Amino acid sequence: MTGAVLQIEDLRVRIPVPGGRWVGAVDGVTLAVGSGEIVGLVGESGCGKSTLGGAVMGLLPGGSEVSGRVLLDEEDLRGLTDEQYRRIRGDDIALVSQDPASSLDPTFSVGAQVAEAIRNHRDVSRRAARERAVELLGIVGIPDPRARYADPPHRFSGGMKQRVVIAAALANDPAVLIADEPTTALDVTIQAQILHLLRDLTVRSGTGVLLITHDLGVVAQVCDRVAVMYAGQVVEQGTVRDLFARPLHPYTRALLDSQPAAHHRSGDLPVIPGRVPDLTEPPAGCRFASRCAHVHDRCATAPPVIGMPNGGQVACWLHQAVTEEVR
Amino acid sequence: MTMTMASGARRSRSAVAALPRSARIGALILVVLVVVAVLAPLLAPHDPNAIDSSRVLGAPDLGHPFGSDALGRDVLSRTIYAFRTSLAIVFGAVAVASLIALPLGTLAGYFGGWVDQVISRPLDMLLVLPALLLAISLIAIVGPGSLVAALAIALIYLPILARVQRASSLVVSQSGFVEGGRARGWSSAAVLRRHVIPNALGPLLVQAAILAGFAVQIEAALSFLGLGTQPPTASLGLMLSEGRDVLTQAPWVEIFPGLAIAVIVLAFNLLGDGLRRHLDPQGVVS
Repeated sequence: MTGAVLQIEDLRVRIPVPGGRWVGAVDGVTLAVGSGEIVGLVGESGCGKSTLGGAVMGLLPGGSEVSGRVLLDEEDLRGLTDEQYRRIRGDDIALVSQDPASSLDPTFSVGAQVAEAIRNHRDVSRRAARERAVELLGIVGIPDPRARYADPPHRFSGGMKQRVVIAAALANDPAVLIADEPTTALDVTIQAQILHLLRDLTVRSGTGVLLITHDLGVVAQVCDRVAVMYAGQVVEQGTVRDLFARPLHPYTRALLDSQPAAHHRSGDLPVIPGRVPDLTEPPAGCRFASRCAHVHDRCATAPPVIGMPNGGQVACWLHQAVTEEVR
Repeated sequence: MTMTMASGARRSRSAVAALPRSARIGALILVVLVVVAVLAPLLAPHDPNAIDSSRVLGAPDLGHPFGSDALGRDVLSRTIYAFRTSLAIVFGAVAVASLIALPLGTLAGYFGGWVDQVISRPLDMLLVLPALLLAISLIAIVGPGSLVAALAIALIYLPILARVQRASSLVVSQSGFVEGGRARGWSSAAVLRRHVIPNALGPLLVQAAILAGFAVQIEAALSFLGLGTQPPTASLGLMLSEGRDVLTQAPWVEIFPGLAIAVIVLAFNLLGDGLRRHLDPQGVVS
């Protein structure tokens, strides 16, 4: 797609584990995030979605091997030195992480942490940074920001802390924001507020957001497009509307089926049988084959990524030729 | 509660009031002792080294409230000056040990891996040696004296303090705000300075305060053995050593410096315990 602020091409990440083995946590992911667009990255725990976020931020565990390209405004981040990468972090790419309670340093006032985020990248006076920080705190919805500027984080609730974290992340108007489960630690009403805040701010500033989550409800609320990840690979991506209305990959379908919904009056919630394959020795063919209800002979070889007429993509033999058998 | 600790420390006025009472009492005693030590020349009624053959082992009276020793020297004056020597040795030793332990422990805890190995293994080797043996060996090489005694104490304390700092910075390094700091583009140096050290400092301060109490005793022990402060300079341990010979005839020569040691140790322990409850509720300090 054109105008993508973040473009990930055939990204592969291998992380060493004890015993001299490697986990292929991300295996050939291609993904793009446009300006002002929110792309959801969903998948269950351990599917590699946070590793993908870490790879974009350049913050992976030591010894990890990365290949492929990560383009930020068409510049490949993989070619940067550590120092160049450091300068980009918090400036052009920012991160909002899962736990607002621990993302703020208890020894600094919340305002100082936002102001320092600015001064780390911009040559501005303390006073100007402070003014900007107060303004940002106001923008993210902290009531009476000037008075709360000097408060330490423990005087804030979880939702308010996450607002401060968002203020710090957006302080330098990043091109891309990685939001790694930003609302998981918050209760549901606060979740919705934070998500809508995130959406308002990023759409207005043209920041592209990669929203990492395991919660399809979150995706449905705020995302424009969505990529479904399974065992280190993106198995399906498309617009939220298409994907929710007509899921193509059996895994996506199973995920949607296992969401609790208001109309499920009774009966057990369907679950996906089996377990995620061991990524130190991934299966040769389709990685979902062992759990798939539609598995057949061809699944022993890895499926191609098939472009659909509506712009979506799916990695499954079932859709190789839409006219063919099955279904 | 750890979350609130250092933010309290940053607000200097409320910090003292927020400390437990024992810590405040300990700090108060220490302040008084430091004032006494600093103002020793003004407070001491006599020259601590002035020998007066007419007052050998003189009992306490109005002019000499603590009596006088085997050379007729005023015990009160000598005790006041001995405070000075002993406190200087203790503060110096603990300060030197803490200042070296802080960067070593912080780097070992934050970076881990080979950095940790290079820093921690030699310190572990120091830790294996019995404290007094280590001190005596150093003094055997360099020769006795107040400065050497202070260095010996610092050498004993360095591995202990570095381990405490390593443990607490290891914990802090794994917290979200350190990761967040990196994600905001801080350099390692900035993350260490802004996030790790301020948050990991509490246990080190607690351990230093507790160890300072013991340092008084180590200094006294070394001087008692003739390996620390050398006569005629007054130090508490040395006075104990001198007083032991005349304990039956003139107990005041022994009692007052002994009491002085007890007061210093008590003050440091009160401060240390109070600080521990305030700064290290999870018990990193053993």
